[in-house]
Amino acid sequence: MRYDITLVVNGIVRRVGVPARRLLSDCLRHDLGLTGTHVGCEHGVCGCCTVLLDGEPVRSCLTFAVTVDGRQITTVEGLAGPEGMSPVQRAFAECHGLQCGFCTPGFLCTATALLRQNPTPTDEEVLEGISGNLCRCTGYQNIVKSVHRAAELMAEEEGR
Amino acid sequence: MTTRLFGERVQRKEDPRLLTGQGRFLDDLGPDALAVAFVRSPHAHARILDIDVSAALDVEGLVAVYTWEDLPGLVAEPLPLLIPHPALTHGRTAYPLAREVVRHVGEPVVMVVAEDRYLAEDACALIRVDYELLKPVVGIEEAVHSAALVHEDVPGNVGARLVQEVPSRSGQSAREVIESAPHTLAFRLDIERSASSPLEGRGVHARWDGTDLRVHSSTQTSTSVRMAIAAKLGLPLPHVEVIAPDVGGGFGVKIVHPWPEEILVPWAAMLLDRELKWTEDRREHFISSAHERGQVQFVRVGFDDDGHVLGLEVTILHDHGAYTPYGIIVPIITSTQLLGPYKIGSYRVEFSSIYTNTVQVTPYRGAGRPQGVFCMERTMDKIAAHLGKDRTEVRAANFIQPSEFPYDQGMIFQDGRPLIYDSGDYPAMLAKLKELIGWDSFVPRKGLGIGIGCYVEGTGVGPYEGGHVQVTSDGRVHVSTGLTSQGQGHETVFAQIAATELGVPIERISVVTGDTRRFGYAVGTFASRAAVVSGNAIALACRKVREKALRIAAEALEADPADLEISDGLVHVAGAPGASIPLSTVAVLSNPLRYSFDAETARAGQFAGGASFDRPPVAEGEEPGLEGRDYYSPLRSTFAAGMHAAIVETDPDTAEIRILRYAVVHDCGRLINPMIVEGQIHGGVAQGVGGALYERMAYDSHGQLLNASFMDFLMPYATEIPRIETDHLETPSPLNPLGIKGAGEAGVIPVAAVIAGAVEDAEGLPIDRMPISPSELFHLRSGG
Repeated sequence: MRYDITLVVNGIVRRVGVPARRLLSDCLRHDLGLTGTHVGCEHGVCGCCTVLLDGEPVRSCLTFAVTVDGRQITTVEGLAGPEGMSPVQRAFAECHGLQCGFCTPGFLCTATALLRQNPTPTDEEVLEGISGNLCRCTGYQNIVKSVHRAAELMAEEEGR
Repeated sequence: MTTRLFGERVQRKEDPRLLTGQGRFLDDLGPDALAVAFVRSPHAHARILDIDVSAALDVEGLVAVYTWEDLPGLVAEPLPLLIPHPALTHGRTAYPLAREVVRHVGEPVVMVVAEDRYLAEDACALIRVDYELLKPVVGIEEAVHSAALVHEDVPGNVGARLVQEVPSRSGQSAREVIESAPHTLAFRLDIERSASSPLEGRGVHARWDGTDLRVHSSTQTSTSVRMAIAAKLGLPLPHVEVIAPDVGGGFGVKIVHPWPEEILVPWAAMLLDRELKWTEDRREHFISSAHERGQVQFVRVGFDDDGHVLGLEVTILHDHGAYTPYGIIVPIITSTQLLGPYKIGSYRVEFSSIYTNTVQVTPYRGAGRPQGVFCMERTMDKIAAHLGKDRTEVRAANFIQPSEFPYDQGMIFQDGRPLIYDSGDYPAMLAKLKELIGWDSFVPRKGLGIGIGCYVEGTGVGPYEGGHVQVTSDGRVHVSTGLTSQGQGHETVFAQIAATELGVPIERISVVTGDTRRFGYAVGTFASRAAVVSGNAIALACRKVREKALRIAAEALEADPADLEISDGLVHVAGAPGASIPLSTVAVLSNPLRYSFDAETARAGQFAGGASFDRPPVAEGEEPGLEGRDYYSPLRSTFAAGMHAAIVETDPDTAEIRILRYAVVHDCGRLINPMIVEGQIHGGVAQGVGGALYERMAYDSHGQLLNASFMDFLMPYATEIPRIETDHLETPSPLNPLGIKGAGEAGVIPVAAVIAGAVEDAEGLPIDRMPISPSELFHLRSGG
């Protein structure tokens, strides 16, 4: 049995027919062709598949696509604006906050939500904020640095 | 704009695509490909009695089901033993699909092809395999003493036994020296299994067009996968291409090849004449790829009153799991790199490489070095404790001195060549580390301890890598090399090398790695070798291009090539900036044309004038085009080194271990990009912390891996990793034109030794098993 659902992904209305068991991660990647969202464990631990659901970070590998019918989803492909990469994306490039790039989309979505809620996080708050995402390459130090740098860049842009 | 980019903190060229979701990883390819899934053995050791696929045949969307009996010719043969060694007298490799016997949980038994992965897994669930259970062999010591055998024809479960001896200067054996030494100690050390655990698992995508096979694999060696596929499938090499797309981490596990899936997926793609893809899931990665680290070591050491090691004897039991596709590289590295930065008076090392009914063991970042360093550094700490000396003093007493390079350790290294250290300055490194961590001012107390670990890492092993550099008529530079990338930033550092060598802005340089369509000769990415071996090959190829460019430009400018320089993509006469010609024009002139397609290329047309009638348009010994290819084949490995120190705090009640500070001094020769080197070190240390405190493969006595998920295998999150303080030392390698050594594995190597030393210092208890959990420390405290 297939269900016709409507997802608003990165601001674009997408209609898709999926079986009930289709994971949101698979729906985004394989039905909608948005392969920027990655799947690292399929059991909700690594956080690679994190996307924003109505602005809140969720594990798309633990979410059935049919359960988010009609909702707003932001993936890594939707983080950049018309003027280019977002402050979070630019900060990760500047601070070498990524190596292989596989976990990166999850960290970018997580950090984007974190900084929206708390534009000036302390070290502790950054650590807490990203403590649900695994990275095997960077040792996290430059990811923490990137989140702080993103906060600075966002503040600069606010001030302009 | 400067093009002297060697040594600069240049931002990575890879990042824009990876930050915007435009990377292309294996599972991002082939949206219309059929999906492959496997039925894998649920038993560690069993005989297959029957396979009944009938229930699966009704699954909608099922395309094909294969067992070993369906495999033809060489595909049905065991996978290759990649690195044979005379001591590996009983090497065994797996069949791509199990034949008669399964030897570890996770071994592939049946291959299923279906319209999508969900349906393929539906079919897998309906396939019945009947097994007769055999006694599993689990645990190194059980394997040695058990009457049960992993392979019926391998007595004692011993795959290999190797002894290497380095006698004292007076010709005495290590055993003799230890017998007569003023002080002797004997002890046992244990290191448990961990695994590379890249966040992207393995994966293979294959497309056959009736003549040519194109395979993408998440691999650390596309050239060798290509040769293996061509050989197994009986295809002419020019009709097989293998490409490593963006790879989501490797850390060693993806150097193994051909994996069963790398043969089976292309084979079935040809047979079905359909595009096929297999993407490994996390549980499959835990039980079907490879692990590392598991060893038991028995140590005897003899030393004098100053702590000089007079004799060292180490006997190693190395658990290599069910198969030996990668030979005995890991225990060879343990037994040679164990010597570290030290002059050991006499040395005897013997290892036995043992079969168990567990996942095979192949290199994981560090590749046997963490175990060797754990052994040597625990030994140094025990000597210091025995003599009542400072731990750094004992180490310093044994250091090879800067004046003693090249230093011959008298052994044969993992590349089959002599273990001769090229350069280093260990006393200076120790001084920097002591300063960085504040060793001399540290005041220990109960529950607060400091530890240190030193290592030397053979990097940049051969046999070779190559580079190809082409300047096209738009002035862009295209660099390719055959080895692959898994996040190390090769596109950036190789572009920095090319920019510096050619005088071209980095924005105009693009780099391709791991694509056999672009470069067919290569070895692969492992052993911290990419920057050293490909980096130098690319530099040499650039120098050829530069020489040719200057020759052509000199003719056009009527100047002496020796008077020319290139900067910002412009060839000009030194001191006369007006007399210049862009590299783009030089590229045009390098390729005499009959047909022009724009104003720029018209300059190379046959009626453009200026050509000599006395020689052919392409002069003898020349080739058309502004390009160059060269190879770098190192005489021996380069030897990077590092020293780490940590301060840890242990909780008096819960025995939780917290790392308060972590300091690293590292020497990888000349740095191409310090930002990237530091990133490599951070990541390595984090993996080391995982191995020291959290990660282990928990096998039960039946050979079931109890923690085959990220829920139970505890990889560190950001909250577990301390801030890592780094400092660099640069002793250039005399062995290669760029003076570089490798950095990829460095961070992970000494961490377990450092943490063990620090916990021991904090607790006053010997720490001889790693990793150490709070629960184990708790029991150690109560004498357990």
